[in-house]
Amino acid sequence: MNMNITLHVWRQKGPDAPGRMEIIQADDISPDMSFLEMLDLVNERLEAIDIESIAFDHDCREGICGMCSLVVNGIAHGPESATTVCQLHMRSFKDGDAVYIEPWRARAFPVIRDLIVDREAFERIQQAGGYVSINCGGSPDANAILVPKPEADTAMDAASCIGCGACVASCPNGSAMLFVAAKIGQFAHLPQGQPERFRRARRMVEQMETEGFGACTNHFECEASCPKEVPIKFISEMNRDFIKAVLKGE
Amino acid sequence: MAITGIMLMLFVLGHMLGNLQIFISADQINHYAETLQGLGNALWLIRGSLLVILLAHLGAALQVTRLNRAARPVPYQHALDYQTTTFASRTMMFTGLIIVAFVIYHILHFTVVTDANLAGIKGTHDDLNVYGMIVAGFSNTIVSLVYIVANILLGVHLTHGAKSLFQTLNLRTSENANCLENFSKGFGVLVILGNCSIPVAVLMGILS
Ligand code: FES
Repeated sequence: MNMNITLHVWRQKGPDAPGRMEIIQADDISPDMSFLEMLDLVNERLEAIDIESIAFDHDCREGICGMCSLVVNGIAHGPESATTVCQLHMRSFKDGDAVYIEPWRARAFPVIRDLIVDREAFERIQQAGGYVSINCGGSPDANAILVPKPEADTAMDAASCIGCGACVASCPNGSAMLFVAAKIGQFAHLPQGQPERFRRARRMVEQMETEGFGACTNHFECEASCPKEVPIKFISEMNRDFIKAVLKGE
Repeated sequence: MAITGIMLMLFVLGHMLGNLQIFISADQINHYAETLQGLGNALWLIRGSLLVILLAHLGAALQVTRLNRAARPVPYQHALDYQTTTFASRTMMFTGLIIVAFVIYHILHFTVVTDANLAGIKGTHDDLNVYGMIVAGFSNTIVSLVYIVANILLGVHLTHGAKSLFQTLNLRTSENANCLENFSKGFGVLVILGNCSIPVAVLMGILS
């Protein structure tokens, strides 16, 4: 049965404009719609009556790109665990529900418009060291460098981070440590990541601090809200590598 | 924070075990106090180091709090619906500051002995009557209540502190997470029970 939902949406015309919550009625919503499809429908109806549509980020809509970024009822990506908001469905809500939709809130993620935030801070952290330097040339043999299975699995756990920023949004401290730790951890567990390992940790952590993210005080909210369930142990591994880098003067 | 935290935790544990000797006998705790006093310069060294550790812990906490406040200038309109934070984790700064205030009071109360009544009971350097001081001090219900409340907050603070330090020092894994969680809670409860048992025993007339 279709349902009627009352949306409370953050509207903000531009980066410097003041923002506020606006109430928008979303009637006759199918429980089979995804959350973003529901917003599409609401936008269509708003445009039909000449009201500016709600701006929100999205791309793949299949939970792999990390573009969608909504805090729904105080939870980054909404109420389902291990689910991006594009993969969230309206059947997670009940007829008559009030649903609050807000952007990621962090100093380092300024609002561009409505629910869209600028996540270039993440790009700059990546540029500071989130890569490996390799010699180009012919493609190497597949198994020339052996990687133990458990290590490969751990690296993959870290590499599953889609860089959406839910960790920052859900952290009481606005800390980006889970993101940065995942980007460091995916290389720290592989042989290809070893040559620049400590320099990478140091540069990325320093860039993270420059961007104005908060610091971890072990609330563990990031791990709970991460749509890819990146484990928090990468944060302690990152701290260890960072300290080693400082001690080694790298 | 983790390093200074561990040191302070060990101190809290040692301090508690030392004081629990009061339940063995009056002589035992008095003798313990005389031994500590007998350390001379070493005692001042320990006190000095503890002060430095405490200040480092406090300084780091203030810095982190300042950073974290600044990290989210526009608050959520619908408060974050927390999944994993605990009362302890959200109130670390609050409980921490109360503990600092309590430590200052506690030192004035039993170490500097600003209360003339207690000072009269204290005795001389090598014939201390710490037992008498404790009983007299805690016979005042208000004083006892202050100690009990402060130690409950200390225990709450330590549950998150203990849990955090395993994470920070990279000792927590998904396999031992539950075990560490229980250990942290157990440690907090142990400190609350151990430290509160003394004022409670005095109020109930078990120690007199
Ligand atoms: S839109 Fe790509 S992950 Fe949600």
